Amino acid sequence: MEQALPDPERRLQPATLEPLGHPDAGLESAVGEEAEGARDEGPGDGTMMENNFWLKKIEISVSEAEKRTGRNAMNMQETYTAYLIETRSVEHIDGQSVLTDSLWRRYSEFELLRNYLLVYYPHIVVPPLPEKRAEFVWHKLSADNMDPDFVERRRIGLENFLLRVASHPILCRDKIFYLFLTQEGNWKETVNETGFQLKADSRLKALNATFRVKNPDKRFTELKHYSDELQSVISHLLRVRARVADRLYGVYKVHGNYGRVFSEWSAIEKEMGDGLQSAGHHMDVYASSIDDILEDEEHYADQLKEYLFYAEALRAVCRKHELMQYDLEMAAQDLASKKQQCEELATGTVRTFSLKGMTTKLFGQETPEQREARIKVLEEQINEGEQQLKSKNQEGREFVKNAWADIERFKEQKNHDLKEALISYAVMQISMCKKGIQVWTNAKECFSKM
Amino acid sequence: MEGECRAPQARSSGLPAGGGGGESPGGDAPLPGSSGSSALLQAEVLDLDEDEDDLEVFSKDASLMDMNSFSPVMPTSPLSMINQVKFEDEPDLKDLFITVDEPESHVTTIETFITYRIITKTSRGEFDSSEFEVRRRYQDFLWLKERLEEAHPTLIIPPLPEKFIVKGMVERFNDDFIETRRKALHKFLNRIADHPTLTFNEDFKVFLTAQAWELSSHKKQGPGLLSRMGQTVRAVALSMRGVKSRPEEFMEMNNFIEIFSQKINLIDKISQRIYKEEREYFDEMKEYGPIHILWSASEEDLADTLKGVASCIDRCCKATEKRMSGLSEALLPVVHEYVLYSEMLMGVMKRRDQIQAELDSKVEALTSKKADTDLLTEEIGKLEDKVECANNALKADWERWKQNMQNDIKSAFTDMAEENIHSYEQLQHTRGI
Repeated sequence: MEQALPDPERRLQPATLEPLGHPDAGLESAVGEEAEGARDEGPGDGTMMENNFWLKKIEISVSEAEKRTGRNAMNMQETYTAYLIETRSVEHIDGQSVLTDSLWRRYSEFELLRNYLLVYYPHIVVPPLPEKRAEFVWHKLSADNMDPDFVERRRIGLENFLLRVASHPILCRDKIFYLFLTQEGNWKETVNETGFQLKADSRLKALNATFRVKNPDKRFTELKHYSDELQSVISHLLRVRARVADRLYGVYKVHGNYGRVFSEWSAIEKEMGDGLQSAGHHMDVYASSIDDILEDEEHYADQLKEYLFYAEALRAVCRKHELMQYDLEMAAQDLASKKQQCEELATGTVRTFSLKGMTTKLFGQETPEQREARIKVLEEQINEGEQQLKSKNQEGREFVKNAWADIERFKEQKNHDLKEALISYAVMQISMCKKGIQVWTNAKECFSKM
Repeated sequence: MEGECRAPQARSSGLPAGGGGGESPGGDAPLPGSSGSSALLQAEVLDLDEDEDDLEVFSKDASLMDMNSFSPVMPTSPLSMINQVKFEDEPDLKDLFITVDEPESHVTTIETFITYRIITKTSRGEFDSSEFEVRRRYQDFLWLKERLEEAHPTLIIPPLPEKFIVKGMVERFNDDFIETRRKALHKFLNRIADHPTLTFNEDFKVFLTAQAWELSSHKKQGPGLLSRMGQTVRAVALSMRGVKSRPEEFMEMNNFIEIFSQKINLIDKISQRIYKEEREYFDEMKEYGPIHILWSASEEDLADTLKGVASCIDRCCKATEKRMSGLSEALLPVVHEYVLYSEMLMGVMKRRDQIQAELDSKVEALTSKKADTDLLTEEIGKLEDKVECANNALKADWERWKQNMQNDIKSAFTDMAEENIHSYEQLQHTRGI
């Protein structure tokens, strides 16, 4: 039995910000100038204001996207999109904002930031990034990452991500996050220097723990089931929604053909001609109205997608708990077996199998001095083991407490956001009906005049 | 020898003509001869406020209208003509009611076929009874149509539904196909009943009233298959000729028919496609709603909102279903009928051209003095009348057809628009969560 390595996690201390100003100033992260629609204001609103975030009011926005070419790690030409992140500080008195920082980042850097946060804040439900590749695509949407619509929706998603992190009571204090917004060059090196990749739990280890853990906290088990259900139901919903959108598109667009044919037909008709012609025009209007409708729906889909990805973040927290719990259980088991060995050596009874025991039986007894030495080693190990177990236990409890606090916060946020999203979806449908009524009323008038 | 029993003849013998009693002008002075009757008609027309276009059917050449049938020419009495004209615009005076229903499958060793029940109710004197019930199969309808075409080559005979539809048909007799066909056959017979001339066709009457064996023997009395085939070959040659000397108005008509045919075919395709897209939209929506219910099972706070969305989607499904049935009941059959009509019209044009060509070839023969001049002159005289008659019949029927087409298309599309408006209005009210 060797010395257990010092728990790497104990050494893990995320870099925190030095306080920049008066301790009682509050943070308000508001939606930046280019954000579209009220839907993106979610994380910045209401409930977050009471917490003590950054000590200056700031606004973050991802305001532009630009195509760039450069050389990648293998020295090959590549095209990618860079996003402009602007940070503004809002002065208390007059509400005017002053641009404090502005830099360009690409998607992979966002990923790096998030992976860092995942390692250093395993008890936090870390906000997800917008999807890497377009999924749940229906036929009109391009699956191409360079497509302007996709880039635009990604821009909004990235802004949303930053706002969520900035309005999180704990994450917002992180230095690497601060540097992400303020230090363009060298940021990647700085992140990598933290060595976070090495500290990440191995996937295999985590999987193993999930299967073998005996007594995880029941709440986490339930949460895991919930997040599985959430993920499965939202992805099913998004898949079907995409198909529904496709079909609806078809229905509307085919009507556009009426426009063309009516117009051609009206040329040979005397009495019906005018009616046909103007009805045809309304058919065209009807057919083109679907584009705006479905664009709005795409935003709705993005809101659902965010929570689809949040489900994964929830699972990550559960996995961490299982890992810690498993670790704890293994340590306890190990300690128990060592204690038993010690007892057996002391009393001379052999209840547990050990190689040493076997060999002594086969090749003769060990000397009392040897036995004493062994007992001593074991006793030291037991001592250390007990201390470790104690601190692991405490860590485990801390983790559970902190994680659960964040999970509660997340639940409220989720219920609020999704409710809003669903209601705005219903509103969208009503407006679609209104448009439909108008167009068909106009068309009907034309038909009846034929 | 079948004759076309001219109903006017029966009418003038004083039998009641469906409710028109009160409006008969001193009907006891039937005026023979064409010009007299038209003058009288004019007077009556003003009183009854008739559509003048319809009158062309009963103009001075009306008596020559059916030269190509085997019946002797009968003078039309003004009383009978007025009563005929009335049918068109005052449906309450309709005296022939036909329904087609109850499709039934018959299996024999050779074949399987469907018959339809046809019920006729009438108050017309020339019918032996006031109610008839017979069974007919598609072949019988085909026979009737051919007879009508022969008897009235330049009238626009209503179209029959297609023999079969190749695309997407697995089994010849699936329910939707039968139902669609039944409705179309119903329409076919009613259109004939509403047609001022065709309604009195003798074959039509036999079709509606004869028992199965009677019909078979009646059918055998027509021109044989061989003679019909012989006519076809000649007809093709003739029609090509007739095209060249087509008068201006018929050129215009032909032009219209060509473009109309194109456009109505496109509209048919578009409408079918819309139906298909609506159906697929409906299928997806049916899956969409329940997912929200499923989700609501894992949520607490969100459960109500989710259920609300699910019920909206459900409403949407129902509205779509309604739209679909509106389409398949009103718009699609009407548009499709006019697709078939446009094919009919091309046939009518051809036949007109043939008749004209016959005349032209005889005239040519006369000028080249190749055959007996006297005989030719006589024949030419007859043919000239025939051509004029055919042209007039077509012109009149054309106007009538166009008017009907306009009305049918207008109401079909107006109904569709109304359906859509209604659909959206329904949805609007249910969306409030």
